[in-house]
Amino acid sequence: MKLYDAAKVIRSKNSGPFSITLDVLFDDPKRYEQVKRMGLITKKTVAGLYHIAEDAITQIVFFDAALGFKITFDRKISSGTCLDTDVYGAQQHIPLGELEI
Amino acid sequence: MKQEIRLLAPCGILGYGYPKESFLNGMAMKPDAIVVDAGSTDAGPHKLGAGVAIVSRQACKKDLELMITEGAKAKIPVIVGSAGGSGGRVHVEWTMRIVREILTEHGLEAMRTAVIWGDIPKEVVAERLKEGKVTPLGNAVKPLTEERLAETNSIVAQMGHEPVVEALKAGYQLIICGRAYDPAPFAAVAIWQGLPAAYGYHAGKILECAALCAVPGTTKDCMLGTITQDGFRITPLSPSRKCTSLSVAAHTFYEKDHPYILHGPGTVLDLENCRFAEMGDGSVWVTGSRISSTDPYCIKLEGARRAAYRTFVIAGARDPLFIRSVEEIEKLAEEQVRAYYQEIPEEDYRIHFINYGINGVMGDLEPNRELPHEVGIVFEVLAKDQELADAVCATLRSTLLHYGYEGRKSTAGNLAFPFAPSDVSFGPVYEFSVYHLMEAADGCELFPIEDMTMAEGREDHEAV
Repeated sequence: MKLYDAAKVIRSKNSGPFSITLDVLFDDPKRYEQVKRMGLITKKTVAGLYHIAEDAITQIVFFDAALGFKITFDRKISSGTCLDTDVYGAQQHIPLGELEI
Repeated sequence: MKQEIRLLAPCGILGYGYPKESFLNGMAMKPDAIVVDAGSTDAGPHKLGAGVAIVSRQACKKDLELMITEGAKAKIPVIVGSAGGSGGRVHVEWTMRIVREILTEHGLEAMRTAVIWGDIPKEVVAERLKEGKVTPLGNAVKPLTEERLAETNSIVAQMGHEPVVEALKAGYQLIICGRAYDPAPFAAVAIWQGLPAAYGYHAGKILECAALCAVPGTTKDCMLGTITQDGFRITPLSPSRKCTSLSVAAHTFYEKDHPYILHGPGTVLDLENCRFAEMGDGSVWVTGSRISSTDPYCIKLEGARRAAYRTFVIAGARDPLFIRSVEEIEKLAEEQVRAYYQEIPEEDYRIHFINYGINGVMGDLEPNRELPHEVGIVFEVLAKDQELADAVCATLRSTLLHYGYEGRKSTAGNLAFPFAPSDVSFGPVYEFSVYHLMEAADGCELFPIEDMTMAEGREDHEAV
């Protein structure tokens, strides 16, 4: 199953003009726990999916109270300047969604 | 000291609009203040760099009019954060012109009005840069050099609650803030009334997006926050929405780099051990928010510089032979243009193609390499001045339109332009050249409060 199909919410957005943040939220506590325990969501996985260096990833955090996890990484080009193609960073979630879990 | 206060949050961004019924439901609950955030950096550096607002004048006036008149009637403070979107001087002045119009039209000239400026003089930044008190906010931010500072149009900083508390203490009923940390104007009311900063800031973080944390969520509807010594409650003001413990807990994910640690001016908010309880009436009760002060006190600076001038073209392509080789053809067209303009230094302009239908959104990250039956092409020239961008783009357009690629059958033209003229002379492109933390003596040092009360005899604005 793809992460895109397992999640209730999977989205990307700027968190400030210099980073993109990916949120994955579940509505089923069991599924959230399963994904968390699988241990798949690592810097290595994310760096591979987004063709970025591991140290460009500033956060990978699970938050049990919200049944979700968050990944934040540095943008290669800051929001809204020359050569950016996604000013709000709102359509960068697909590579993560393609992840098989 | 009050045991609780109620904050009415009309909408997520001033000018996004809100239903009058929801707002009046909120007023019926006797709020202690009406607070709205007007700011965002979401739309990129252009608004700050060019000094333009993010919403229309009409929309801003429509939203403000009801807030100001109802606030005056109920004798409660009305506070706007990050006026005009970016919260710089021109954005605040734009907002103040609308405010004065409303006050005049409703005979409210005596309403005690203050502006809290959020502009930071470049000399202050330059001085603290030399003292090592200015640091980039993250690895993706370029270091601030004297040259880049000189090229930056204007600099704002996000204020915390402190100057807003001062303005409330001084008795101002209408407070227009320059750039502010989104939750700060909400937190200020709580702190002014002696309630915990942690609950003020956490409630503010939710209320600055108004009904976005409700189900269904929207920034275009009102929300009420009730802050007490022991926690706070979030209540939707439209019967069609409710909050759930999950929807409120998940809200802190939104647009933040971390789900439960939030950095603000001089503070860090820690929401890891919060509890979210549904009250059975569509509201949620939150406890366990924690806040700590930082030493030194740092403020976040934002500044934009002009990076280039842009001219672009939107076109479509339908021919399968063209689509099959589109990236190669674009490369060859660029080479031909560069050869034609060989007297112009290469670094004076850049050419950029975006191929929608192939990888326009994701670029190299696009996992799907299937070719579509038609492609939308946006091509742009980014140059050091507008004239050069226009000239190179015109040559690029005619070159790509008629490029004789290998095996071509459609020899009359490669592109379908939806518009005439096809070339859009866009103007300047900005970049965030300043996105840094700077040390400040305290939360009030760099945010002066200015009396803007309109009533007779107050034409000279005195700083307080």
